[in-house]
Amino acid sequence: MGPVTFMMFAVIAVGSALGVVLRRNPVHAALFLAVNLGTIAVFYLALGAEFLAIAQVAVYAGAIIVLFLFAIFVLIPAKEETAPDPLRPYRVLALPVGAVLLALLVAVVAIGLRGPAGAGTAPDGVQSIARLLFTDYLFPFEVTSVLLLAAMVGALLLSRRREG
Amino acid sequence: MVPEAWYLGLSAVLFSIGVVGVIVRRDPLIIFMSIELMLNAANLAFVAFGHRFGSAEGQAVVFFVMAVAAAEVAVGLAIIVAIFRLRRRLSVDDLSLMRW
Repeated sequence: MGPVTFMMFAVIAVGSALGVVLRRNPVHAALFLAVNLGTIAVFYLALGAEFLAIAQVAVYAGAIIVLFLFAIFVLIPAKEETAPDPLRPYRVLALPVGAVLLALLVAVVAIGLRGPAGAGTAPDGVQSIARLLFTDYLFPFEVTSVLLLAAMVGALLLSRRREG
Repeated sequence: MVPEAWYLGLSAVLFSIGVVGVIVRRDPLIIFMSIELMLNAANLAFVAFGHRFGSAEGQAVVFFVMAVAAAEVAVGLAIIVAIFRLRRRLSVDDLSLMRW
């Protein structure tokens, strides 16, 4: 990915992230989030993580965004935040907090990048991640299935209507 | 090729935007979306570092983060819906039941 393409997608990513945070309507925020997740998938592709790019589109844009929109449309009437904010003076502090955090993150990343660039070749796509998942990370991989099952049962239990 | 530092900088910016969103917004749905933003920023950093060090381990970790995020959204949205059934209003400032 050349610098021009990168900057283009970076602007889209940051803009859509700002859209998520700034839009008052949750539906708009969810759609901005879909755009943001799509650009992240493009960055995965550029970094040679094809499997993750596809999984990103399938899991996030496919499942999670649909779940958000479903929850907003069907279960919760999308109400905008209209009531006056009792904590407004405190929330202004969010901007300096975010700026300080950003500076910290950039500093940490700059320190982390100072080391040697590593042995070398970028991992070869799907095969290397598959080998890792089914050898070194086999146990976490199996635990993930239990986690997903537990989440499914939990979501069913939580959203069930009480009888009587 | 763009150096990995650019991706990491972008990831830091996205993460900070997510943090500001969690602090500023009152709608639990949008707070949730901001959390997704932060998770994705962290994922991008994982993939970028993995690319830099020539290892697929970063991608493996991102795979698990995606699975956990999916589980988190399912349970979290169920909780939000349950809260909404209980009180008809959605503002995290009202949810102080478990505050000591």
